[in-house]
Amino acid sequence: MLELYEIRKTFNLGTPTPTPALRGVSLKLSPGEFVTIIGSNGAGKSSLLNAIAGTFPVDSGKIIIDGTDVTDWPEYKRASLVGRVFQDPMMGTAASMSIEENMAMAVKRGQARGLARGIKGEMRSYFRELLAGLGLGLENRLTDKVRLLSGGQRQSLTLLMATLSKPKLLLLDEHTAALDPKTAQQVSQLTDKIVRENNLTVLMVTHNMEHALKTGTRTIMMHEGQVIFDVSGRKREQMKVADLLSEFARLRGERLADDKILLG
Amino acid sequence: MLTFPVVAGVIEQGLVYSLMALGVYITFRVLDFPDLSVDGSFPLGAAVSAKLIVDGYNPFVALVVALAAGLAAGAFTGFLNTRLRISSLLAGILTMTALYSVNLRIMGRANIPLLMEPTFLTLLEKAGIPSEYVALVSFFVLVVVVKLVLDWFLHTEVGFALRATGDNPIMIRSLGVNTDRMKVFGLAISNGLVAFSGGLVAQYQGFADVGMGIGTIVTGLASVIIGEVLFHPRRVVTQVLSVIIGSMVYRLAIFLALRLGFAPTDLKLVTTVLVIIALAAPTFSRWRKQAKLLPKSAAGA
Ligand SMILES: Nc1ncnc2c1ncn2[C@@H]1O[C@H](COP(=O)(O)OP(=O)(O)O)[C@@H](O)[C@H]1O
Ligand SMILES: [Mg+2]
Repeated sequence: MLELYEIRKTFNLGTPTPTPALRGVSLKLSPGEFVTIIGSNGAGKSSLLNAIAGTFPVDSGKIIIDGTDVTDWPEYKRASLVGRVFQDPMMGTAASMSIEENMAMAVKRGQARGLARGIKGEMRSYFRELLAGLGLGLENRLTDKVRLLSGGQRQSLTLLMATLSKPKLLLLDEHTAALDPKTAQQVSQLTDKIVRENNLTVLMVTHNMEHALKTGTRTIMMHEGQVIFDVSGRKREQMKVADLLSEFARLRGERLADDKILLG
Repeated sequence: MLTFPVVAGVIEQGLVYSLMALGVYITFRVLDFPDLSVDGSFPLGAAVSAKLIVDGYNPFVALVVALAAGLAAGAFTGFLNTRLRISSLLAGILTMTALYSVNLRIMGRANIPLLMEPTFLTLLEKAGIPSEYVALVSFFVLVVVVKLVLDWFLHTEVGFALRATGDNPIMIRSLGVNTDRMKVFGLAISNGLVAFSGGLVAQYQGFADVGMGIGTIVTGLASVIIGEVLFHPRRVVTQVLSVIIGSMVYRLAIFLALRLGFAPTDLKLVTTVLVIIALAAPTFSRWRKQAKLLPKSAAGA
């Protein structure tokens, strides 16, 4: 579903302080795989997702989504294949527009937009049904401005929007990190539910190692712009956070405080 | 004192300039793009419309071409901003400055009088509308039509994309919208409306002048802000309506300022002060609150 070949990206190239963010990342995801990504701060996790989504062009390498080479595609074009939820709950919705307007825009993700009515009658009952599934009472607030929602509500809505028209690939970048623990838990459960129901292929960055091992089907660890560890199947099932840490230490030949990764 | 022609004149101006204000609303509020090119596209519309009329073209055709010229001017600002990556403010200033020369070129001189020429108003009079109502009726109908079209458009799929581009470009790009194209598009329709308004004003007042665009942006902004302060509109439909009413209220304020003895040449200053007060209102009220809080906290300490 996703193939990355030797992706490289350096920010501020040609200035006195170039920042390498991705240093040759290769990765292959089969359909239905749910990969969690961990790694310390600045390891390049967000850059990896941004590179896949097309936020910036990569310096070299090849990005193939669902069999199509999208390396030269601009971000808005890749949106037909990729759904995204950002860390900042404010970033995934248009605050001055209503819940139903936001959802209607998500229905058209990656499709041509014309002069048809943005919201058609039959959409509303569909939206109401989906929102009811969140259990947040949003099904009765279709015409409320998104500005009025809490962070957790907005993030749940964004998640719903990112998966409305089933994407080939779902990118989640620490999408629960800005929420309080209880809300974060709810949004995590919602994520699992939506991913399972739609059988989505997912890349999810998380700073919680335990969560990374418990959720999904595969875990990769990034460090200094590279994938240094990749585990799935039985080996992953038996793994504990402590094992991950010692694996990291062994691979890098350096001791690393537990919280350095946890906070990453 | 307040004879029918006087009252009608104020309303007519409020209506015809509201089309320009709606253009400013589209850039400033919908697209969140402070576009200064309107200071050039307003007289551009006037210049095109006046020049075509003195060259013998039908005044209605002249208005359509004025609109088209405005579309092009707006698209040019969009090109400067999205393709050449020039900041929004500077892109608008560049277009505005370039248009000054363009407008002089179009007119061939600084002023074209239209008093002896046919205008859309004289044509409508010939068609049977009494001359004392012709401007009022035709402007009213035009504004209603533009409002309905704008309401409709802002609720289409493209309209949603345009609004989201101004609200949250990151989000709408991730949903597959080319935000650069949306900006160019929004700037084009905005400046198209502004130039159309300029074309109408030229025919209504009976001349086009190369200097008539100075302060357009501030006037438009004044109308938008007055509408907001008066109505706090939340829905798009009411926002559009409040811009139109804001434009009428603005013209009334100008009329009263003149009655109070301000010279016509002072009006830009009056307008600017109005806009500054409106824009600074939130800051003022914050100061007031702080001033109220201070003695209390001092007492507490
Ligand atoms: N837009 C950008 N401009 C410049 N440097 C950036 C940008 N985005 C990320 N970086 C740099 O790239 C490196 C990787 O960052 P990031 O991908 O955000 O890491 P992570 O998400 O794993 O914490 C960091 O050194 C960061 O400072
Ligand atoms: Mg990050």
